[in-house]
Amino acid sequence: MNILDTNNLTIDFGGFIAINNVDFALKKGEKHAIIGPNGAGKTTFFNLITGHLPPTKGDVKFDGNPITGLAPHKIVKLGLARSFQRINIFPRMTVFENIQTALIARDNKSFKLFIPASAQNCQETEELLALVGLDGEALEIAGELSYGKQKQLELAISLAENPSVLLLDEPTAGMSPQETAVAIALVDDVAKSRNLTLLFTEHDMSVVFGISDRISVLHHGEIIASGSPDEVRNNSEVRRVYLGESDDAAT
Amino acid sequence: MSWNISRGVSITCFIVVLLLVCVPLAESRYLIDLSTEIMVYALFALSLNVIIGFSGNVSFGHAAYFAIGGYANAILLTTYGWPLIFSFPAAIILSAVAAAFVAYFCTRLTDIYFAMLTLAFSMLVWAIAFKWRSVTGGDDGFVGVDVPSFIDGRVPFFYFTLTVVTISCAMLWLICHSAFGQTLIAVRENLTRAGFIGVNTRMMRGVAFVIAGAFAGVAGAIFAMYNRGVYTESAFWAESAQVLIMTLLGGMYSFFGPAIGAAALYLLERFSNEYTEYWPTVLGGILLIIVLVLPDGLVGLAKRIKTRFGRVNNQ
Repeated sequence: MNILDTNNLTIDFGGFIAINNVDFALKKGEKHAIIGPNGAGKTTFFNLITGHLPPTKGDVKFDGNPITGLAPHKIVKLGLARSFQRINIFPRMTVFENIQTALIARDNKSFKLFIPASAQNCQETEELLALVGLDGEALEIAGELSYGKQKQLELAISLAENPSVLLLDEPTAGMSPQETAVAIALVDDVAKSRNLTLLFTEHDMSVVFGISDRISVLHHGEIIASGSPDEVRNNSEVRRVYLGESDDAAT
Repeated sequence: MSWNISRGVSITCFIVVLLLVCVPLAESRYLIDLSTEIMVYALFALSLNVIIGFSGNVSFGHAAYFAIGGYANAILLTTYGWPLIFSFPAAIILSAVAAAFVAYFCTRLTDIYFAMLTLAFSMLVWAIAFKWRSVTGGDDGFVGVDVPSFIDGRVPFFYFTLTVVTISCAMLWLICHSAFGQTLIAVRENLTRAGFIGVNTRMMRGVAFVIAGAFAGVAGAIFAMYNRGVYTESAFWAESAQVLIMTLLGGMYSFFGPAIGAAALYLLERFSNEYTEYWPTVLGGILLIIVLVLPDGLVGLAKRIKTRFGRVNNQ
């Protein structure tokens, strides 16, 4: 059962085709990695799925319903949340307010003019903060947290929407190997406990082959292979364009 | 319900209102007029800050809604003989409707494009007021407003203004500290991310614009009665610039900052007029100081001083 499908998905940036006729299927409950060299179109692909960019051609279906061209906030409401490669939080709000505001949005209370913000979803906010290990930093200004902690906050904001599908764009970018291990264990745990379908991009091949159920390889805007980690590892074209190179080049 | 208002802020507000209640006891016409005008401008600046400080867009045309509130109230009271109880709400609604119309177009844009479009719409309002002589009085202004007898007098009018401004400020405070207000700050902080937590950011910015327009209309409606007239200058871009400077001077990242800025700028103008006729030059100097050393306004300065002297900042 596919939760997410794309058909002939294409975007043409004035002559540069960043995503070219991509047919892609995400199965419910799987952990699916998208890999590919820099500039392969991974982030653009995410932007097309989540409504951040309108495709030139093709369509996106979520749970069987077309979502092409919908505004991001409508897509999020359907249960498709994402995180960003570059940190994307609310920097001058407290860590607590970052999560609380996301919960307010999830509960459709963003337009309530006369209910106090400070009293909304407090317990749930604390639970989420504890889940990602930020319970000690609740009252700190989000933009003043360390890089790794901002990444955790980013994840918590995405989780606050209670998505059924979570798109993570390089969740461990810029992290040390130790931080990466912690972050990935966390994502893995959360995905299991919340029954999440996970679609992520990642440059760390040990992470990718360690936790993915399936892997798709994006190269020059096209998917050149898709399958189980073993199938992808043994695919000759993948080896030629990507895995043949050193791991460093993949970042 | 727990509205999180710090004790310091609530005590300060209480004292300010109490002092204002006592102003007429001094029996100084000058003081009463001064306080009335400052209250109106404080409300005007607070309303603008819903757009600037909370939704994160700069409006260069906020005077339009002040003028619409003023003209509507004046014309309905005088030309049509409506009682205040109808003309006043009608003036507010008209300001809000005008703001909604402008917001529909402006919220497609951000940054300087947003600011320029608000300016364009405000100049349109100015042009209508200027040209529609039969209704607005054109460049002679709309003079001789029929002020209802129960507030016709310096002291009753002062108390009327104090009541309406206090209620308006309280409502604005609630709105800015509501679920809506906090979401609006998120929109200001990160428009893209706000969309990706499921917030309709364009609608948020639009609603903020309408709220700001409505309360600017309240200020304008009071001011028209206070002056017994409305003039095209109140819709002119210079008026929008002045309220913008008030907001920045006080500090746009604090709820009460703009009210403090309004009082400070207004008093500065009054005092400087006693010594020099070059108020615009003084104003230019103030603007330079804000931009160069007071990015967070007077409230930001007070916070910095507090921090420097090592006191815990609980605001």
